[in-house]
Amino acid sequence: MSGISKEQVYHVANLARLEINDQEAEKFTKQLDDIINLAELLNEADTSNIKPTSHVLNIQNVMREDVAEQGLPREEVLKNVPDHKDGQIRVPSIIE
Amino acid sequence: MSLFEHKISELHEFVHKKEVKISELVDESFKRIGEVEEKVQAFLTLDEENARAKAKQFDDKMGTEEANNPLFGLPIGIKDNIVTKGLRTTCASKILENFDPIYDATVMKKLHNSGTITIGKLNMDEFAMGSSTENSGFHKTYNPWNLDAVPGGSSGGSAAAVAAGEVPFSLGSDTGGSIRQPAAFCGVVGLKPTYGLVSRFGLVAFASSFDQIGPITRTVEDNAYLLQTIAGVDPHDSTSVNVEVPNYLHALTGDVKGLKIAVPKEYLNEGVSPEVRESVLASLKVLEGLGATWEEVSLPHSKYGIAAYYLLSSSEASSNLSRFDGVRYGYRTPNAKNLMELYKKTRSEGFGEEVKRRIMLGTFALSSGYYDAYYKKAQQVRTLIKKDFEDVFAKYDVIIGPTTPTPAFKIGEKIDDPLTMYAEDLLTIPVNLAGVPGISIPCGFANGLPIGLQIIGKHFDEGTVYRVAHAFEQATNYHTQKPQL
Repeated sequence: MSGISKEQVYHVANLARLEINDQEAEKFTKQLDDIINLAELLNEADTSNIKPTSHVLNIQNVMREDVAEQGLPREEVLKNVPDHKDGQIRVPSIIE
Repeated sequence: MSLFEHKISELHEFVHKKEVKISELVDESFKRIGEVEEKVQAFLTLDEENARAKAKQFDDKMGTEEANNPLFGLPIGIKDNIVTKGLRTTCASKILENFDPIYDATVMKKLHNSGTITIGKLNMDEFAMGSSTENSGFHKTYNPWNLDAVPGGSSGGSAAAVAAGEVPFSLGSDTGGSIRQPAAFCGVVGLKPTYGLVSRFGLVAFASSFDQIGPITRTVEDNAYLLQTIAGVDPHDSTSVNVEVPNYLHALTGDVKGLKIAVPKEYLNEGVSPEVRESVLASLKVLEGLGATWEEVSLPHSKYGIAAYYLLSSSEASSNLSRFDGVRYGYRTPNAKNLMELYKKTRSEGFGEEVKRRIMLGTFALSSGYYDAYYKKAQQVRTLIKKDFEDVFAKYDVIIGPTTPTPAFKIGEKIDDPLTMYAEDLLTIPVNLAGVPGISIPCGFANGLPIGLQIIGKHFDEGTVYRVAHAFEQATNYHTQKPQL
């Protein structure tokens, strides 16, 4: 595992739903490559039999009573929506 | 003398004795903003009309029980990634330029209940990604001590506004050092609480397993007052922890006799500038003089901190920031013919370069074929770093070192090289990886720029962190120095 190619950068940009031009792809390839090379340093650390930490405190399955609460009013929720009609969010066509 | 050179407890006393009106406190804030904001540029949005109206209203509430709250009527600034109902919240990003939150963050609810008055929203690196506030999508913020220097970041506006005397205190957020590093650079007091002590509900998520909101203030006592107000479990944040919040003011005894301090050798090595090292060693002497003892220890996995942190936090960010798609809120591109174009163009036009870089890094680290090598490996290293801290805390009460390897750097100096900028967080990141609390307090100056001392404690032991910080502050006068603007 080492390095990242320009093709991979385009692939990752697509996965992340970002549009990048050739110049940006060039720049990101170099910069991401540097960062990934830095990450190779982690291979030095012996992590055999070490459990991954996703959360620093031992909290698990925080439960609460299943009680319905009043939601936010529709007008409020639609306040920041860029385009809506008849109380529904409108987007460009999904299927051509 | 400016009113805001007084501690919160003194301001409260003035208001209580009717020597100062709340509207005068708010006047003071806007007067100072009028004088220095052009130079410092700490704010993204001011809420002057509402703040003045609220102050007037509060003047009439004097004598009621509500007015007894220690923070009642005090002006505050809020980092712009904390949602404030009806007050524009941008995360310093074009993608949220006109975002008008429809609810308040839990910390804002708590502040409203305590009677603070919000003056405005403070500048930051876009989505809290950065260490200089140069990544703001709107404008830079300048260090009040030297306008050619950065204020630090990402909570650069929050630290600069307090240092410049525009507000007596503010809220920031800290994912890899974003409260402590700007506090160090601006010569103020900044605490990153234990992960889970303060609710993250309404804090726009960057890296959810690291993010914490915390107070930035002039003094340690002020800091304790503000933390007291915002701490506590919240049903809206299932990662907030149900622990009893102690009275932090009671911890400020000035007594550190017998306190055992650990000083990691990794925090004073060649990467740390000589003036910073000398200030830290001199600070340890001060604490020794007060009856504490210190010994050198090792946090052997510290050198892996930056790599592990950038993989993990960017992975979390790539997931968290997927919500900005131009559909439900925020910026939407006017140039999309279909839904896929809407997503791509909205995000590409709305996000700044550093945010895109981290989304890409995170997406890569989580992508098929690379997950085990990068993401899982970094999580395992996180376990090792956490264990480093546990081992040291089995024998010592606090860990002390510098907050940053150098004082504030020049604007433009590091912005073109991401790795140099990332190295800035070398000494603050391990604290976030382990989830423990850490504070930065002023401990010296080099060429007129402040130096920060970092005091790190055990999980939920903010009390001891404050006790040590307060004892040091009482024995020194760094916190009384003010920038000339």
